[in-house]
Amino acid sequence: MTFNARGAFAIFENELMRMFRTAFGSIASPVITTSLYLVVFGAAIGSRMELPGGTDYASFIVPGLLMLTLLTESTSNASFGIYMPKFTGAIYELLSAPVGVAETLIGFVGAAAVKSLILAVVILGTAALIVDYQLQHPVYAFFYILLVAATFSLLGFIIGLWADGFEKLQIVPLLIIMPLTFLGGTFYSLDMLGEPWRSIAMVNPVVYLVNGLRWTFLGQSDFPIAISLAATLGFLLVCIGIIAWIFKTGWRLRE
Amino acid sequence: MSEPILDIRGLEKTYKGGVKALDGVDLTIKRGEIFALLGPNGAGKTTLIGSVCGMVRPTGGSITAFGMDLAKHWKQVRRDIGLVPQELSFDMFDKVIRQVRYSRGMFGCAPDEKRIEEVLRSLSLWDKRDAAIRELSGGMKRRVMIAKALAHDPQLLFLDEPTAGVDVELRRDMWRQIDALRERGTTIILTTHYIEEAEEMADRVGVINKGRILLVDEKDAIMAKLGRTEAHFTFDAPLAEIPASLSDYPVHLERGGTCLVYRGGDGTGQGKRDVAEIAHTMTREGIVFTGMETRESTLEDIFVDLLNEPEVTA
Repeated sequence: MTFNARGAFAIFENELMRMFRTAFGSIASPVITTSLYLVVFGAAIGSRMELPGGTDYASFIVPGLLMLTLLTESTSNASFGIYMPKFTGAIYELLSAPVGVAETLIGFVGAAAVKSLILAVVILGTAALIVDYQLQHPVYAFFYILLVAATFSLLGFIIGLWADGFEKLQIVPLLIIMPLTFLGGTFYSLDMLGEPWRSIAMVNPVVYLVNGLRWTFLGQSDFPIAISLAATLGFLLVCIGIIAWIFKTGWRLRE
Repeated sequence: MSEPILDIRGLEKTYKGGVKALDGVDLTIKRGEIFALLGPNGAGKTTLIGSVCGMVRPTGGSITAFGMDLAKHWKQVRRDIGLVPQELSFDMFDKVIRQVRYSRGMFGCAPDEKRIEEVLRSLSLWDKRDAAIRELSGGMKRRVMIAKALAHDPQLLFLDEPTAGVDVELRRDMWRQIDALRERGTTIILTTHYIEEAEEMADRVGVINKGRILLVDEKDAIMAKLGRTEAHFTFDAPLAEIPASLSDYPVHLERGGTCLVYRGGDGTGQGKRDVAEIAHTMTREGIVFTGMETRESTLEDIFVDLLNEPEVTA
């Protein structure tokens, strides 16, 4: 037995079923939050905002808000997905089963990424009811969303393995990812920032993610899409490398 | 002898803090047997199971299962190993049948609703198949753990304290389940605190303490080798000394000479024969005894003796 496809599917299906059991909370909550952002920042405040190039502000923040949800939800879902078996002790089954790093990642990270994709579709559908936004490169957008969802699900998986309590599980999404996303150009273009803030913003990795997604929506962004893609892919590879190391050494998995 | 289903050689595990949980364990498990691993808390039982099942990374030694090196062929090997851990560990909010299907799938088996039904029926869980696990009683939850471990039809099944904390009736029921598994040819390794469980179920018994195997043998052979008969003869008039005719027997006087105690035998019935001969000799010599009690030592007595004499080896 080399690759245990049935094992990978079993984990994937189990994770999706677990997510669907809590579908109301896990889908309704980000949809409502994003809708509130769109109503407050897009419809109410946005009408008074002027962006370089004359882009409608409400349309401008849709990709940023989508990225905010993608990053936080992908991270949270994947971290929770692997942390819960650790917490309940059910991880014994994963460790004793003939599943390796590939099957585990496809199962846990795949399910978290799929859920993020479903969320993205629901959020974009909801946003369409509030804002008349553009989606200039839908195919690129799909693959970019998929890439970001997978990458941050991998990050979430690492956080879930690292965490030894519920508090740690929340630290990275709430104290790192969310602030970086807010400061990463979700609600503004980097052109609106003066120096030194513009230069400082350039070291925030989320800036590149938000701009990449914004390019697929608006056809324009602060950087070329290639930079955003390279940054995301690079981060994806780093996450895979860390997880492969974890499985090899058994860090936080095996005693 | 057929090829062992599991062969452990020189297995060692030292935890980060320096605690040596396994100290050169050698153990061979025969195909189709029920092997009871006995030991006090912290003896290394769960670490040994964890080393075979993948939760623990051994720091030395080798494990061969089904003729394959576990370190090299872990995926193939684990496909045929099942584990029922000590703790009730599953997604409490999920349904019984879904959790059992999940376990089967994770071990690479094709979906087989008929087999799932068989497993659930054999554990009297079929009527509860659509219940959320958290709604079940403790005993039923433990059955779910067993159902999950059996879902992929393992050849080798580890039961880590399968009846810990369950009532007597359920324990008996579990024993029947284990017996049924043996009938199907499943090799079972069980750890237990209940010596009675090992006496009832096991073909062979191993005793582990401080990470070392102290003894491994057929249960009956252990009883024969280490079993003892104890007899107490009581007298109204105390004896001043042991009668000369009894001096060849392992006897001594207690309670001021009002009780003659015999401790001997080898578990094969020699002790009972000795006691009968002592009684006959005393009657023949006119030594009147007013009471007689005999008791065969249990596996528990042997186990306690072994732990008190850690230098005993198999």
